[in-house]
Amino acid sequence: MEVAIRARGVTKIYAEGAARVTALEGVELDLHRGELLFLMGPSGSGKTTLLSIMGCILRATSGSLQIAGREITGLSERELPLVRLNHIGFVFQAFNLFPTLTAVENVEVALELKGIRGARARTQALSLLEQVHLDDKASAFPADLSGGQKQRVALARALAGNPEILLADEPTAALDSHTGRSVLELMRQLAHDHNRAVAVVTHDSRIADLGDRIIRIEDGVVSSVKDLRQPQPGLPHFISSLHSDLHSTLARPL
Amino acid sequence: MPPLARRNLFHDKTRLAVTLTGITFAVVLVVVELGLFLGFTTTTSGLIDHSQADLWVASRHIPYIEQGAPFSERKLYQVRATPGVGSAEKYIARFANWKRPDGGHESVQVVGFNTDETMGGPWNIVSGSVSDLKTPNAILVDDLYWNKLGITHLGQVFEINGYRARVVGTTHGIRSFTTSPYVFTTFKNAQNFTNLSEDQTEFILVRAQSGVSLQQLQSNLQSRLHDVDVLTTIQFSGMTRFYWMFTTGAGVAVLLAALLGLVVGIVVVTQTIYATTMDHLREYGTLKAIGAPNSYVYRVILQQAGMSAVLGYALGITVSLFIVHGAQQGGAAILLPWPMALLIFGLTLLMCAIAAAVSINKVTHLDPAMVFRG
Repeated sequence: MEVAIRARGVTKIYAEGAARVTALEGVELDLHRGELLFLMGPSGSGKTTLLSIMGCILRATSGSLQIAGREITGLSERELPLVRLNHIGFVFQAFNLFPTLTAVENVEVALELKGIRGARARTQALSLLEQVHLDDKASAFPADLSGGQKQRVALARALAGNPEILLADEPTAALDSHTGRSVLELMRQLAHDHNRAVAVVTHDSRIADLGDRIIRIEDGVVSSVKDLRQPQPGLPHFISSLHSDLHSTLARPL
Repeated sequence: MPPLARRNLFHDKTRLAVTLTGITFAVVLVVVELGLFLGFTTTTSGLIDHSQADLWVASRHIPYIEQGAPFSERKLYQVRATPGVGSAEKYIARFANWKRPDGGHESVQVVGFNTDETMGGPWNIVSGSVSDLKTPNAILVDDLYWNKLGITHLGQVFEINGYRARVVGTTHGIRSFTTSPYVFTTFKNAQNFTNLSEDQTEFILVRAQSGVSLQQLQSNLQSRLHDVDVLTTIQFSGMTRFYWMFTTGAGVAVLLAALLGLVVGIVVVTQTIYATTMDHLREYGTLKAIGAPNSYVYRVILQQAGMSAVLGYALGITVSLFIVHGAQQGGAAILLPWPMALLIFGLTLLMCAIAAAVSINKVTHLDPAMVFRG
């Protein structure tokens, strides 16, 4: 499978005065197109920091990061937003919708940033809402939507411009288990049916079965990698599994 | 484009009301103060600007029109004999004492001119005429000052420095900066009212022949005449305006008040736009996180500021027009010519742009990673 994000030796150290906190240390991972990857681990383990670095929102202290085959480690502050805009869609725990805009307008904002305006933007925004089964709520304001509906609007917004990568931070945290599961099923569908690379930070083990792989992070390092896909016969899958296991072994602290 | 700026602005009605009140207050204050400044400035040199003369002959080193000193009227003949002079007339603008019917006294400024000529005469006449001044002891007084002087009707007789004066007409809107109303009359009457001797004048108004260089004529007259200054109308007007507005400090005080209005407006608008920005900080963080360049976020903030400016200006200028209209009936004119209204619109936009700059600075340093924090 094509690698959408490749992280090698990613370390993040937060320094404030004399205090230094290592949030991530030597993380290695590949996020492939067509897969749904869960980043799991206890609170404060570094999951969200890793997601922020994968999303080019946070810079790693050291290590390398490739997005769609392009090394982005040395890019300037002006170039990073463009990488986010062109390749990545985000879904946030608190939805982060614009409360003064309707559902369809929320999606249009993201389309406008990608240069799609006017009637074309409206048509595409409605189509995206339809993809997340929310076309009947296009004119509703976020305050009038349920948590699940809000997250689906956020998902539609993240899909604006058809990015190949989708990054979600605790997308089910504010939802009940049923709604959370339906949102994750939608994400799984977006990964599998539309060949997107989807990474989800979660600590909700109830939905873990929906993912293709689970990477556990503890104390800033990858502690395990679990491939949930059914074993496929043949050499390529064997090599892929071996590669994955090798990475997780190397990433483990001695 | 999704109307993010407009929706954010109108979302919190209370905050919008505070913002608009701040801008409206600033606009009204600036209009009133600048309008007063313009009104005062225009008023100080009103007699000069409406004189229809090209040159003024006045006593030496006179700083403003009210400071004129008498000189011999023989100079009038010297002026008339100078090549390039089309016409020249004697002119008086001197203070005198007006006795009200109730026995009270008021200071007035008697303006004496040749009623057979157009130079130096009154303007905006609403009743009577300049030719009515040819009747004995006739005077014209502006209707703004009728109450002050105790005038109730045309034909009423008063005393000016002990001389009989009869009101034969009125003007409208000829204000005096010194608060002593202008009383227009013939040159001869003015000599009597101001106790000037028969062979004296205070000014000579000169009109150049057409095609003559004003600068050359001024220079010629200056070299021919002794102990007097020859000034162009523009020079004399400027000197008088400068004296009253800046030497006395009156204009500076008014301009400072206008500046204060602007500063108060900037502070109020900055505070409210900043508070609105803080309210929507998470949204701006989200925009940056999903890839919006800073310029996009700046545009949203500037649009909010721009909309606030336009609405606040519209409200402010409406209130100001009522004030300007009300002031027409009072002693102090507040002028609001359209170039000034345009200037104040520009100032309002500038004020809101400065206010937005503080918010923009905040957003520039906003870390998009904030969106992942709870």
